[in-house]
Amino acid sequence: MLKTFRIGGVHPEDNKLTRSCRTGTAGLPKQAVFPLSQHIGAPAVPCVKRGDSVKVGTLIAAAGGFVSANIHSSVSGKVSKIDSVLDASGYRKPAIFVDVEGDEWEETIDRSDTVVKGCNLSPEEIISKVKDAGVVGMGGACFPTHVKLSPPKDANIECLIVNGVECEPFLTADHRLMLEHPDEILVGVSIIMKALGLERGCVGIEANKMDAVELLREKAREYNGIEIVPLRMKYPQGGEKQLIDAVMGRQVPAPPAIPANVGAIVQNVGTVFAIYEAVQKNMPLIQRNVTVTGKSVKNPCNLLVRTGTPISQLIEAAGGMPEDTGKLISGGPMMGRPLLSADVPVVKGTSGVLMIPRQEAVRAEERPCIRCAKCVSACPMGLEPYLMATLGEQGDWERAEKEDIMICIECGCCQSSCPSRRPLLDWVRLTKTTVGGIIRSRNAKK
Amino acid sequence: MENKLILSTSPHLHNGDTVERNMYNVILALIPALIASFLFFGVGSLVVTLASVVSCVFFEWSITKYLLKRDRSTISDGSAVLTGLLLAFNLPSNLPLYIIVIGSLVAIGVGKMTFGGLGNNPFNPALVGRVFLLVSFPAKMTTWPVTGQLTAYADAVTGATPLALIKQGAIDQLPPLGQMFLGNTGGCIGEVSVLALLIGFAWLLHKKVITWHIPVSIMVTVFVLAGVMWLINPETYANPLYHLCSGGVMLGAIFMATDYVTSPMTGKGQIIYGICIGLLVMVIRLFGSYPEGMSFAILIMNSVVPLLDNWCKPKRFGEVGK
Amino acid sequence: MSNAILSAVVVLGVTGLVTGVFLFLISRRFAVKSDPRIASIQALLPGANCGGCGFPGCSAFAEACVRQGSLNGMNCSVSKPEAMAQIAAIMGSEVEAVVPKVAVVRCEGSCANRPRLNVYNGAMRCSIANMAGGGETGCFFGCLGCGDCVSVCKFDAIHMDAVTGLPVVNQESCVACGACVSACPRHIIELRNRNKKDRRVYVSCVNKDKGPVAKKACAVACIGCGKCVKACQFEAITLDMNLAYIDPEKCRLCRKCVDECPQHIIKAVNFPAPLPQKQSSETVSQTETANA
Repeated sequence: MLKTFRIGGVHPEDNKLTRSCRTGTAGLPKQAVFPLSQHIGAPAVPCVKRGDSVKVGTLIAAAGGFVSANIHSSVSGKVSKIDSVLDASGYRKPAIFVDVEGDEWEETIDRSDTVVKGCNLSPEEIISKVKDAGVVGMGGACFPTHVKLSPPKDANIECLIVNGVECEPFLTADHRLMLEHPDEILVGVSIIMKALGLERGCVGIEANKMDAVELLREKAREYNGIEIVPLRMKYPQGGEKQLIDAVMGRQVPAPPAIPANVGAIVQNVGTVFAIYEAVQKNMPLIQRNVTVTGKSVKNPCNLLVRTGTPISQLIEAAGGMPEDTGKLISGGPMMGRPLLSADVPVVKGTSGVLMIPRQEAVRAEERPCIRCAKCVSACPMGLEPYLMATLGEQGDWERAEKEDIMICIECGCCQSSCPSRRPLLDWVRLTKTTVGGIIRSRNAKK
Repeated sequence: MENKLILSTSPHLHNGDTVERNMYNVILALIPALIASFLFFGVGSLVVTLASVVSCVFFEWSITKYLLKRDRSTISDGSAVLTGLLLAFNLPSNLPLYIIVIGSLVAIGVGKMTFGGLGNNPFNPALVGRVFLLVSFPAKMTTWPVTGQLTAYADAVTGATPLALIKQGAIDQLPPLGQMFLGNTGGCIGEVSVLALLIGFAWLLHKKVITWHIPVSIMVTVFVLAGVMWLINPETYANPLYHLCSGGVMLGAIFMATDYVTSPMTGKGQIIYGICIGLLVMVIRLFGSYPEGMSFAILIMNSVVPLLDNWCKPKRFGEVGK
Repeated sequence: MSNAILSAVVVLGVTGLVTGVFLFLISRRFAVKSDPRIASIQALLPGANCGGCGFPGCSAFAEACVRQGSLNGMNCSVSKPEAMAQIAAIMGSEVEAVVPKVAVVRCEGSCANRPRLNVYNGAMRCSIANMAGGGETGCFFGCLGCGDCVSVCKFDAIHMDAVTGLPVVNQESCVACGACVSACPRHIIELRNRNKKDRRVYVSCVNKDKGPVAKKACAVACIGCGKCVKACQFEAITLDMNLAYIDPEKCRLCRKCVDECPQHIIKAVNFPAPLPQKQSSETVSQTETANA
């Protein structure tokens, strides 16, 4: 019996259309756009101005605080303007526009394919390299990695958990990364273990990727303390808290507790790869794997994409947007953001581009709740989504707070299993946002 | 919606479950019991079932259209058919048509639509109808035809049910347990065949329409209580298996108590709910004046459901021990 | 027989007496002392519990008045001035002169003016639609049209116009409680002074995008050209983030800016109808009729 997390969860059809598509390389865009907030925390501050020449890997915006990240140009050319651009949030945010000329890289970057295994740097040097490279969590949340690698002093971390779960249907970017760069990932894992002084590292992989499990298991024999943990398929196993529960059997308490409180630290495989590149190859985070997919897409594929490339270009590479597309999504179908147009640039956190046919995209008519309790049994956090949604509709924020709304991870299990097709997560998200605001203002008063 | 991109927040997928799918699966799960009752009670069972289903659907349609004046008819969601079916399953197979129609009107009109329709009713509509008939027409509602009269309807010969025998303390006259398991005894249309009901239970569990919590906790409670009494005095109290196989325990536990709208939302609450129903049933059976108490037990516990929902919270993530 | 009657009377009588004394003692012992002024003030308040005063409801407002001992800085915008004067009399203080206000909707992005580029398919609440992204149109600042403001209004003073899809305030019933202002996730609704004859001049747009972007998204967006700023003699208009704003305290209602605006989004309400030759203020007169 494979391990998995204990509470709730659902089994969506996994639809990994691109599981055996080798990662190709996307072409260079004509103009690359770098939004200044590609991460959680303060937006980066531009350090170039209009007309400046940049190379691939040149720092164009510096972190705007400790919880923030550097942004590097992924192309060479001239800065054409600093203006606002529509991003995946659905709003216009400030961004740096670079007109592409040629493909000239900074000399410090090692572009060879050889795997550099040894690493003689001290933990501090490793973390500072990660910070300089602007690495953020690449699972989607985009939390600056150097912050995560600097846990509170009193925390007693025992285990690094690497998230190779990729539980979102359709997405295969991480799967391909594990198959195509197993050594780099394992070196990355040992670098992080060194930076944190850990003896033990676990790579959690869901059972629909047994090829990756076997490959990594084979390679992991050369490394000390790295264990590959196959996990039973269940969404949302890629959620940080669920993954810790699945791998270690420990549950992170409600916020403000963090994974470090139960002795764990979680990094996505994409992030691990980026850390390897940053530390061993001096390569800042300027490109990532993106899955471009959808049921009626002509050539669904995995692409290595420079950040800043417009998503429309990726769609072209996959054979164009199908006629029947009703919804364009950045990320996976369970937690991705809906896009207003295809002109949105790829950012550090873009794990996939998904086109959903109109027929499936339109929500069915909402009916009254029949109290079937399917949302309650689906919720991986042990909440009662039907109640949260009602409290949100009624505006009873105090009761919602008492019912622990703040631990909701917005995974969407409730809404996707509601037979009455109620927009449960819409309401829950509204309630969570409002209650969060109330709590923050209350804390600010104190 | 033309050719524009649709904007709505995650999740962008649905597992395809619908209200209809759940309702029709329950109806499907009731089919074996219907077949069994036809084999034992003949045409009478079909006449009663048909009358009940048709009048329930009719009342739901007409109330939605003329009294509530809603544009959208709700009869296609299957809940009215299900109420009709469950009501019929709780009636004797020789009941006159006018009583069935009155029962359907109370079930749908009073039990369901006055509260706003599916999802809002605090009590199980079919049981509201059934209990209304039980107190209004006590004689007609408590005489059951004996099995094997395949062509009889209103003129069927009636006889004592196992529960009445248990009540009278005539334990030695009870039919063999095997016959009761198959359903070859007197009783309401749908409740006699334990085997058919268990087949339905298996189907519902397989299709994940219901969970095991409520039926199992009711059955276990009934079995344990009846067993205790039986151990104390096997002369006057029946074998616990007789209690399980007689009357409405199986039908109630599998199909009536598990009604989505009127049962608790959490596993913990469902188990408490099931145990309390089992307790009440046995108290009514052993000490009350009625031979059977399933309907009353479920209705009483229906009224406690909001409290149970308030008390029994699922274990939040992070509270589960290491 | 008579014995039985007698004993019943005695038992009941004694029980009643004992209970009465007990209740009297209890009510004395646990009496809650409350200022009688609270009740009389509460009686004068409208009782809508709208929260416009900043307190949870009318009784909380009354309590706060009494606790503070004066009416300083507290006002119930819903009550008539006479009622406020009576409350002030109870408190023994004077009523502060408060300029009456009214809610104005600062968006003209009707279906005709603002082409729909996407389709929103979530729960019909502006606050939820706002989380899904910029919205159906290219304007990410304007009205979302789900009617959060309508549903929070306790005075039935705001409703959605079926043709434009925008909320319209009924200025007679609006009491400026501010519920719609805080309900709007895009801060489109603002409370503005009711001046003489209820006249007001305001910029009916909140779009902060640069001119070309704003104009592409909506035919009647503020493009931040600044013509109104130059036209104003009283320095009442400021331009911030490509958006003009008229300070209601400084505005003298001269209406010079109204004709200057190339987008015709500076609205002058409740002024006499403009002279016929001024074609440019066509939209203005429309709004006037709508608001009248």
